[in-house]
Amino acid sequence: MADAPVPAISVRNIHKSFGQHEVLRGISLDAHDGDVISILGASGSGKSTFLRCINLLETPDEGEITVAGEAIAMKRNRMGSLVPTDRKQVDRIRSELAMVFQSFNLWSHMTVLQNLIEGPVHVLKRPKAECIAEAEALLERVGLAERRNYYPAHLSGGQQQRAAIARALAMQPKALLFDEPTSALDPELVGEVLKVMRSLAEEGRTMLVVTHEMAFARNVSDRVMFLHEGVVEADGAPEDIFTNSDSERFRQFIGGFQA
Amino acid sequence: MDFDVAFLLSTFVKLVAAVPMTLGLFAASVSLGALLALGITYCRVSGGPLLSVFARAYIFVFRGSPLLIQMFLIYYGLGQFPAVRHSLFWPVLRDPFSCAVVALALCTAGYQAEIMRGGLQAVPAREIEAGRAAGMSRLLLFRRIIAPIAIRQALPAYSTEVILMVKSTALASLVTVWEVTGTAQRLISQTYRTMEVFLVATLIYLLINFIIVRLMALAEYRLSPHLRERPDPASSGGRQGEIHG
Repeated sequence: MADAPVPAISVRNIHKSFGQHEVLRGISLDAHDGDVISILGASGSGKSTFLRCINLLETPDEGEITVAGEAIAMKRNRMGSLVPTDRKQVDRIRSELAMVFQSFNLWSHMTVLQNLIEGPVHVLKRPKAECIAEAEALLERVGLAERRNYYPAHLSGGQQQRAAIARALAMQPKALLFDEPTSALDPELVGEVLKVMRSLAEEGRTMLVVTHEMAFARNVSDRVMFLHEGVVEADGAPEDIFTNSDSERFRQFIGGFQA
Repeated sequence: MDFDVAFLLSTFVKLVAAVPMTLGLFAASVSLGALLALGITYCRVSGGPLLSVFARAYIFVFRGSPLLIQMFLIYYGLGQFPAVRHSLFWPVLRDPFSCAVVALALCTAGYQAEIMRGGLQAVPAREIEAGRAAGMSRLLLFRRIIAPIAIRQALPAYSTEVILMVKSTALASLVTVWEVTGTAQRLISQTYRTMEVFLVATLIYLLINFIIVRLMALAEYRLSPHLRERPDPASSGGRQGEIHG
């Protein structure tokens, strides 16, 4: 254990309830640098909530989150629920974990290029000229160089999501969190987004991907986690888990996609 | 009634001389009201339960009662209390102009606070979430994401309120401020030519509001390139620049 590398993201025993409903019932995960982990599950299985707990968009009721060896400081308030101790630390860790959302969540009053440089310039406080040069290179990469002065409302869903991925990359994050990045897209636009995500996986980015794309989970990720009713029901390398999983539920789940 | 151009002209000149007073009332009360409204909106949206109740009560009282009565209460009413007459505020409260400004500002603050709240509510939660996920502090999030979107959303309602305020300054004539309407009434009492004088006064208010409407429309246009039609791809595809900090 002594020389084991520090995981990029380490999550221990996350619990989360909304009212009476316990959505997450003790989930743990270690993601090392370069890992691409797909998180699967039926809707309501808690997979998005789990992802949102990692950057504290949802505050877990229980559990620990460590990013590159740094634990997010949390304490219990008078009501007994966890709250982050240091808001600045949370902001900093969030800036290191870029998130891509189901509905893109681009800032509607900014052009594509402005969306890309907003975080680097105002959160990371980096020189603007440098950020613009990098942003233009990123837009080139996701095939949106021509659209840099467009507003989000003037782009297709696939273009918006590619812009959102470029915005995430512009933060030079330690890891990328994808929350169902293709679920809001028309079927013919899914491919262009998956292509970008696949190229990110190939260059060794650390990625946690909540998805319904079985082909992506199977062919691109190093590891697949299947959540069911708030617990990890199956977990393993895709070639193992997709061919012979112990979990009856997981076999049923992927059976539903093959049908 | 004869069409007396010379009289109309001389009336116009006399009423235009009162325009600075009308604009002074308007500018002072709208900007003072906006500052107050910011505070009330803050209490209403992000204050605790106590502040929120205070903000709701304020809005209810000042939107729910006639502005004219508010003005009379401040100008004629408050001066009856010796405590007020001996207080720090007396130099303000015994002067008709400042009383009118205070009454107008207190009233418009109630309306403006509701307009601001509407603008804030129209900011999509998704865009706020994207800002939080990028590590923005609360202040940065407000400055860069929430405020620009909220202002754009609030602008149409806000311009209506601003126009109403131009017209509300006419009430100040009833606490002896000699703005356009008050001056018009004084001219009428000297000449008994009600129709002509009031028509000229109407024209002056229309001119003021025309300029304000155009300015507000320009602001709205400048703030909403993202809400207009998609630009022509041929002409804007390779365009550089236009990055605002």
